[in-house]
Amino acid sequence: MKFFLKILKDFPAYLWSGWGAVASILLFIAFWDVGNQIYGNLVLPSPLETFKTLYAMLHSKDILEQIDITLYRASVGFGLSLLFGSVLGLIAGFFATASMMSRPIVTILVGMPPIAWIVLAMIWFGMGDETVIFTVVVASFPIIFVGALQGTRTLDGELKEMADSFAFPWHMKFIDVYFPHIFSYIFPAWVSGLGMAWKIVIMAELLATSDGMGAELAIARSQLDTPTALALVTIMIGSLMFIEYIILEPIKREVELWRV
Amino acid sequence: MESLEVKHLTHHFGFTEILHNINFTLKKGEVVSIVGPSGGGKTTLLHLCAGLLDVAEGEVNNSFKTTAFAFQEGRLLPWKNVIENIAIALLARGEKKSVAIQKAQEIALKFGLEEDDFEKFPKDLSGGMKQRVNFARALVVKPSLLFLDEPFSALDIGLKRELYTHLIESCEENDMSILFITHDLIEAIRLSDEILLLEADPGHIVKTFKYDSPKEKRDDAFVYKESAKIVQDKEIIETFKLNTLELK
Ligand SMILES: Nc1ncnc2c1ncn2[C@@H]1O[C@H](COP(=O)(O)OP(=O)(O)OP(=O)(O)O)[C@@H](O)[C@H]1O
Ligand SMILES: [Mg+2]
Repeated sequence: MKFFLKILKDFPAYLWSGWGAVASILLFIAFWDVGNQIYGNLVLPSPLETFKTLYAMLHSKDILEQIDITLYRASVGFGLSLLFGSVLGLIAGFFATASMMSRPIVTILVGMPPIAWIVLAMIWFGMGDETVIFTVVVASFPIIFVGALQGTRTLDGELKEMADSFAFPWHMKFIDVYFPHIFSYIFPAWVSGLGMAWKIVIMAELLATSDGMGAELAIARSQLDTPTALALVTIMIGSLMFIEYIILEPIKREVELWRV
Repeated sequence: MESLEVKHLTHHFGFTEILHNINFTLKKGEVVSIVGPSGGGKTTLLHLCAGLLDVAEGEVNNSFKTTAFAFQEGRLLPWKNVIENIAIALLARGEKKSVAIQKAQEIALKFGLEEDDFEKFPKDLSGGMKQRVNFARALVVKPSLLFLDEPFSALDIGLKRELYTHLIESCEENDMSILFITHDLIEAIRLSDEILLLEADPGHIVKTFKYDSPKEKRDDAFVYKESAKIVQDKEIIETFKLNTLELK
């Protein structure tokens, strides 16, 4: 509780430090506008037109429904990866044999291009939620798994010894000795896993379903409706930035104050 | 009667013999120090006595009810601040949080740490400050046997003296026993009832020195006189290779 208050207290200062980021975004939009003036509306609609389309979109019930569908798929996929990636990664980390055995499997999962998974999933599950969710899990699970595994493998033996010498009870060993270290590995893995899930869900939808934001993007493409396509991209990037910079980063800062 | 008995203790790391046939006894209320050259196996011996390493040959019988260890390299939890690092030893013994924090603050002040330092994480502490936190964490639980691995090595003389007094007092108050490692013969003479001289390759005890006079009565004159005597000792000269210095 005290911890969350602290996050809230430091939040304004954190936001204030974001002016640099805002400036760079504005600069990016300025270049975008230059691009529009050079290449014309069909290739690159102006930022203003894009934002107008975006505004209209956010007021249309239909699009909001599509966003809902995509959100649902991404969260289920990411939630499953989070749960199984963390738990299995921890288990694999605590046992040397398990971590050795899991390495090649992780290499296969990481190395296989997501597009190949989508093709396989379409054959296995058809065109629907399962295909998308499966692809999301396959893509973000290994990232989280590896984070949890690394965190557990790199636990400091000397600190464990210290805990033993003071006869820490098991729950204190876990909460005060293991957890903070593991968390400093697993949390960044969650963040990258989330980014991955969000990207993959769009791609899988674009190829494998007839609804969701990815499907909307496919329609925009077929109609050469560039403003809509760009507005959709803006939604995707905007939401990712919101989650990463407004929610996750402040938490990470508080949790990792002790780091160099 | 609580005691620590070490009998015929031999230890190997791989094929290298680190310790060879160590024998000594530490009785309740006694302070025993181990001196010897760097790399001679002192830390290894202390870890064996504290049960942090498994005893393969020989015996270590420890009947002290509670023990605590101050490590040579600090071993503070990087994600806990000074007070939390000290208090955690008390929490592990089931002390209430508010009491633990209170006691941690008291001992931190006694150890020359200032209130400004209380919230600092180990990364922002100096080497000597880390050492004091580590030492305080071990002492705060008032163990019946305290293991100290070079607890004073990074401190200035003034601070050392304060802590000697503090250590001697808590020894008296709690009838605490101490097994400690030092490189400083003067320090060993000031604090110990018995000094074990550990020679290297493999580590074995070549000689023990006993000091019977009460510790709080040992003034500078006594300590300097005794240390002048001890550096003339044949075994000390050999173990620390003091004669090579004279040749130059
Ligand atoms: N875990 C280990 N594995 C292998 N060898 C070790 C290990 N720990 C210590 N040694 C070796 O054992 C010997 C004694 O080490 P130890 O740490 O006990 O020395 P020390 O007397 O405490 O030295 P110092 O005064 O410098 O702290 C050294 O040669 C060291 O290389
Ligand atoms: Mg040592």
